[in-house]
Amino acid sequence: MNVEKFSYDNQIVKLFTIATVIWGIVGMTVGVLIAFQIYLPWLNFDLQYTTFGRIRPLHTNAVIFAFVGNGIFAGVYYSLQRLTKSRMFSDLLSKINFWGWQLMIVAVAVTYVLGITTSKEYAEAEWPIDIMIAIIWVAFGINMIGTILKRREKHMYVAIWFYIATFITVAVLHIVNSIEIPVSLTKSYPIYAGVQDALVQWWYGHNAVAFFLTTPYLGLMYYYLPKAVNRPIYSYRLSILHFWSLIFIYIWAGPHHLLYSALPDWAQSLGTVFSLMLIAPSWGGMLNGLLTIRGAWDRVRDNPVLKFYVVAITAYGMATFEGPMLSLKNVNALAHFTDWIPAHVHVGTLGWNGLLTFGMLYWLVPKIWNTNLFSKKLATAHFWIATLGLVVWVVPMYWAGLTQSLMWKEFTPLGILQYPNFLETVLQIVPMYVIRSIGGSLYLVGAIVMVYNLFKTAQQGSFVANEAAEAPALIKENNDKFNSHRWLEKRPIQFALLATVAILIGGIVEFIPTFLIKSNIPTIESVKPYSPLELEGRDIYIRESCNSCHSQMVRPFRSETERYGEYSKAGEFVYDHPHLWGSKRTGPDLHRVGGKFSNMWHYLHMQNPRQMSPGSIMPSYPWLLEQKLNTELTLNKINVMRMLGVPYADGYENQAVADLQVQAEGIADDLLNSGIVVESDKEIVALIAYLQRLGTDIKVKPAENK
Amino acid sequence: MSAILVLIGFSLFVALVFLGAYIWAVKSGQYDDKYTPSVRMLFDDNKIESEKDKHKNT
Repeated sequence: MNVEKFSYDNQIVKLFTIATVIWGIVGMTVGVLIAFQIYLPWLNFDLQYTTFGRIRPLHTNAVIFAFVGNGIFAGVYYSLQRLTKSRMFSDLLSKINFWGWQLMIVAVAVTYVLGITTSKEYAEAEWPIDIMIAIIWVAFGINMIGTILKRREKHMYVAIWFYIATFITVAVLHIVNSIEIPVSLTKSYPIYAGVQDALVQWWYGHNAVAFFLTTPYLGLMYYYLPKAVNRPIYSYRLSILHFWSLIFIYIWAGPHHLLYSALPDWAQSLGTVFSLMLIAPSWGGMLNGLLTIRGAWDRVRDNPVLKFYVVAITAYGMATFEGPMLSLKNVNALAHFTDWIPAHVHVGTLGWNGLLTFGMLYWLVPKIWNTNLFSKKLATAHFWIATLGLVVWVVPMYWAGLTQSLMWKEFTPLGILQYPNFLETVLQIVPMYVIRSIGGSLYLVGAIVMVYNLFKTAQQGSFVANEAAEAPALIKENNDKFNSHRWLEKRPIQFALLATVAILIGGIVEFIPTFLIKSNIPTIESVKPYSPLELEGRDIYIRESCNSCHSQMVRPFRSETERYGEYSKAGEFVYDHPHLWGSKRTGPDLHRVGGKFSNMWHYLHMQNPRQMSPGSIMPSYPWLLEQKLNTELTLNKINVMRMLGVPYADGYENQAVADLQVQAEGIADDLLNSGIVVESDKEIVALIAYLQRLGTDIKVKPAENK
Repeated sequence: MSAILVLIGFSLFVALVFLGAYIWAVKSGQYDDKYTPSVRMLFDDNKIESEKDKHKNT
């Protein structure tokens, strides 16, 4: 047998490992900061760049794409080479993958802080960065598939299948969700509007959880867990079974994020059914992981790596049990929009992703630096601090979510809301927010302990950049009779990829835009496009990510129609590029806020919310009162909106700025009558115009203001 | 609601790609052996290092 000598590329693993650690600390630090800001709004230091709405997406993107993302790459680049017994396909692609990904992260961080955002959750990056992500992701994909094709091991271990599924699905999700028309280099509108945009967004959002936070990590579990415990996976058969069932079911569960919204009922039910089915494959993975340690539990006692894995896999099991339960409409009615959801998410992220990454790093760093872990004791301490932090994070948030939801829904015996003032329900749970921020801080402290430990480990070891290895070449089957057919059969992945790319490009370019734009045509006659000033105000709402804390979706419950007004109809959102339904009510819903308060109220409220609502936890927005509204893009925005099917008359773009000024002067005059002197060209005027317009298109009886 | 058709289309497409991959995997004998792969992956370190590991364990 012909034994070939080659080497594994550890340099790339090292780079991704370091990036994982650094971004982990950054992302978690921002998370801790916003956890404090939520009850101490002055912690934004009165700077717009550090206000909650701007840095909350920074936190989510940093931990998901920077921390977990680099963790995936580190884990995959190490394990894939060993599983295929080959060096990575191309060192150049590896480098492009690494540096491109870090550049993307920096670009994301800078733009979010500056308020350049699409407002779509977990996909807030603007179009140039979206293109960048797609290119880097494909570079990663080619590198991975190339490595698989030149493998020296005929059998593809189950982890590799998880990696492949991750690559293909994330590519499709990202591209479909990011179809947008640029207004300028830093601003775009998605081609989808309202309900459609919400559906696409949560199809993406849910599957980002599925194929970025779950499948790659299951792949990593199937490699690093057996390695750490030094015994084979409990059932290889089960791993195959649960892999295929997981990927076939996961992609249909997205609509469970939109239960009781304006999405058609049948689509909601579809989401629920598939979400329930997901329990089986998810628990297949969890049990397979835990049972691998069967008979070796004594090793967990003195092996910190295994400790991390055990709690990570258990957290995975809990989160994947809770997920289907939350997809039941009756449970969702209670949990949605509350702190229950962040609690659920953080069991998954802090527990499953975080702890598994830590465990992997404690195993990987000594391996590639060819030494032993610097301190087992510190690693064990980290484990306990992190686990404690996790519990202290999630338990108060479950409590808070349930408490607040019950308060929202509580009626007096006379049939009026028991807590008509939203703020009262917020103040009730502030102590829970305080405890949560302590939990988050603990988790961060644990991670800092890890940095020290890993640094010392690397210092005492000697890094092996190119690890020598040898393996027999894969024997090629001699069968060249049906050339092209055999070629495809032997390269199913290559074939699948080519087909994916071809169909995606064709579909996107020709079919989707026209198809979708046509279907955005209104269904409620009284719903009119936004005026130029309202449109600019809406873009300020997007810039400040108001939708991080305020929903625009009144669900058809009596407790909500009493509080907010008529429930939201799908037809009201046909000009909303993008939709701003939100997913969390840290503050009240705003869909029917139009006309509820005076212009003066909004002005003073934005200047300092505590002037109007003593005790409010909303940050102040003084810069909106000072900054001039930029109308340079207004003309272009109207043009792009018309292109997307919003019926602005031909040539209206030339009149837009003049119209905008007239409307702004009207609002400034009204404010002047209330004793507030403000120039009509300030941003606050546009924002007030938008807020006063919200939900006023359909003629409904306004909810009584109590 | 044409977006939903698009999404179903893309989801089905992804599912079909996976189905194709699954059929290939079964036909090409990837799953003929459902046990040894799980053991073999434990021995993918190079010789020098695995000897060292043995030494460590003793």
